[in-house]
Amino acid sequence: MSEHNDIDGVSGRSTTGHEWDGIKELNTPLPRWWVLTFYATIIWAIGYWVVYPAWPLVSGYTTGLFQYSTRASVATDLADLEKLRGEKMAVLGNASLADIEKDPALLALARARGKTVFADNCAPCHGSGGAGAKGYPNLNDDDWLWGGSLDQIMQTIQFGARSGHAKTHEGQMLAFGRDGVLKQDEIVTVANYVRSLSGLSTAPKFDAAAGKKVFAENCASCHGDNGKGNPELGAPNLTDQIWLYGYDEETLVETITNGRAGVMPAWVGRLDPVTVKALAVYVHSLGGGK
Amino acid sequence: MNKPVSPDEFITDEDGPLYAARKKVYPQSVSGRFRSIKWRLMAVCLGVYYLLPFVRWHRGLGAPNQAVLIDFPNRRFYLLFIELWPQEVYYFTGLLVLAALILFLMNALGGRIWCGYLCPQTVWTDLFYAVERLVEGDRRAQMKADAGPMTVKRAGRRVLKHAIWLMIAWWTGGAWVLYFADAPTLVRDLATFQAPAIAYIWIASLTASTYFLAGYMREQVCVYMCPWPRIQAALTDEWALNVTYKYDRGDPRCSVKKAVDIRALGEKAGDCIDCNQCVAVCPTGIDIRDGAQLDCIQCGLCIDACDAVMTKVGRKAGLIGYDNDINIQHRLAGKKEIFKPVRARTVVYASLITVVCAVMLYALMSRTLLDVNVLHDRNPVAVRLSDGGIRNGYTLRLLNKRGFDRVIAIDVDGPPDAKLHVIGADSVTPDRPMIVLARDTTTELRVLVTAPIDEKAEKSVPIIFRITDIGLGEVASATDHFVLP
Repeated sequence: MSEHNDIDGVSGRSTTGHEWDGIKELNTPLPRWWVLTFYATIIWAIGYWVVYPAWPLVSGYTTGLFQYSTRASVATDLADLEKLRGEKMAVLGNASLADIEKDPALLALARARGKTVFADNCAPCHGSGGAGAKGYPNLNDDDWLWGGSLDQIMQTIQFGARSGHAKTHEGQMLAFGRDGVLKQDEIVTVANYVRSLSGLSTAPKFDAAAGKKVFAENCASCHGDNGKGNPELGAPNLTDQIWLYGYDEETLVETITNGRAGVMPAWVGRLDPVTVKALAVYVHSLGGGK
Repeated sequence: MNKPVSPDEFITDEDGPLYAARKKVYPQSVSGRFRSIKWRLMAVCLGVYYLLPFVRWHRGLGAPNQAVLIDFPNRRFYLLFIELWPQEVYYFTGLLVLAALILFLMNALGGRIWCGYLCPQTVWTDLFYAVERLVEGDRRAQMKADAGPMTVKRAGRRVLKHAIWLMIAWWTGGAWVLYFADAPTLVRDLATFQAPAIAYIWIASLTASTYFLAGYMREQVCVYMCPWPRIQAALTDEWALNVTYKYDRGDPRCSVKKAVDIRALGEKAGDCIDCNQCVAVCPTGIDIRDGAQLDCIQCGLCIDACDAVMTKVGRKAGLIGYDNDINIQHRLAGKKEIFKPVRARTVVYASLITVVCAVMLYALMSRTLLDVNVLHDRNPVAVRLSDGGIRNGYTLRLLNKRGFDRVIAIDVDGPPDAKLHVIGADSVTPDRPMIVLARDTTTELRVLVTAPIDEKAEKSVPIIFRITDIGLGEVASATDHFVLP
């Protein structure tokens, strides 16, 4: 800065020597503490370059004094979290399914763990609250294809249904129409008969006796003589008000013609045993099972 | 009044420039009535602040036994016999309203007595001044030393002063963190460097703020930084007792000797001898004789200084004193002085304070120590069961604010023949689900309600969950809806 000895007549203070239209700029420097703070921030910033990773290089970057890495610190945090969880999860792992439901603290823990795991893995098919969708069972009701006890639910989660796993649930609704087992009019008749089982309205000229005969010959082996279903085979109860694929005549005809074989993947190997346990408790608590 | 004002006149020399460099204030020590009141109040305020965390309060097993404790990790606030949960934070709103009203009342009665006697900035600055005078001497000694060259002795004294200041500041920050954890334990942890980092950070930042605000910023905090003077100055009125120079008695100012001559001539001579003692002792460096002003914190030290001088020259004390604006006019007109603490404004403030206190006390006494909240499942809102019945799922959140475990029965009033199923509770008491509610906690329960509903039923009926403490008979309830798919 050049030296000016120009003194402003009105205020008696020195000016910067700049003048516009007769207006002079007073020389009012920044307060010293402000300037010092500003310099301190610059020095601080240089310190940062040295201590932390900062400058991109051609192949890489300056790593800083202590090789600090946000990725590594996240990994450490996650490991700490797993360790923290590990102790609690070990308690969960050692308790039996029934004991977990009896102990409020364990139940809360299992439900909390199960809820997040459910949202990550199960919600895409079963819905975020387990409400299900067409072809995907509602887990809140009391109708369970493969059984709704804690053990049965755990079994289903572990090995799935028609998943290809050696221990998976097997059972298939045959394609009676497509495979030529039943004729079209027989399919319509038995569809109406199935509707009558759960008290739904039937077509006007429907022959109940014929329907019953077709059902006994083709369907009863899986669904039972009374249509009550069979959890061993995953055969749905046809006398209740819960229908996985729908209960109007058209849907039933479609089901009987082409069969149904929904797949539930096996989660053993993908989720650790304690997580599966927590998930089973959570799902069981959704509707209380049966 | 209607004379046009030129810009030169607008900013007069008397007003001073809009920006002025700080002139260091060297308040002189003083003794007297208000000084001793201030010493006592300082002892009480600092005593409470520093020692309160160490006061114990027995609350039973497992509960903290500190009288005042803000327990952030467990989200509890303990104040003597009161234990507040986060959702009861509105009590603090009540306290803030109360604080504002009390401040209004104080203003209406005695002007800015908060500023002069109770404000932490005043209290700590006062303490720091005391230390400064103890180490570096009184006003004159300090001014002389500051004007002269730096000597070893002076430097030594300065270091000592800052060391004591820092110690006070450090202990101020230290006392602050003790309100947030068990004090004796924290003191031990702090000493052995086992305390959490956040404690050290708070101590450091409060040490710094105390040191700078009370040691360096001093009166500038009151004059430039603090919003209270603006608010308090607006709240005061002509009846409020403010520290006032009684110019009707003091002016015209002249020496004692001169006054004798003037009075001999039968002319008026004021009592003020223009000794400037009131200015010398003022911690904000103002001249009270200029009248009420924003920079005045109304600490009353000028009253003590003036009274001492008046007594010395054989005149009546009270030339500067707590007085209201009306009295000056009254005295000039030869009328009697009047003081009127009871008037519309003070009565309104006092009644509002009473009302707020009563409401808070009632709320505190009638608050429930057992509570239940209910949240309806959203996905799905309702489930059709295989027999055609309908089931709704709910999450109940039960609060037990008492310091012991209690057995709770859960009942439901809803659609006809509604059946209640509490996950984790039914196996013991299937007819009336019961659970043990752990002390001083919230517990979440999953509850399923099943009802046989025909198609003609309403789409939604109210449902009431009632929880009953089997032992004490306390009851709490929450209402929601039972809906059809």
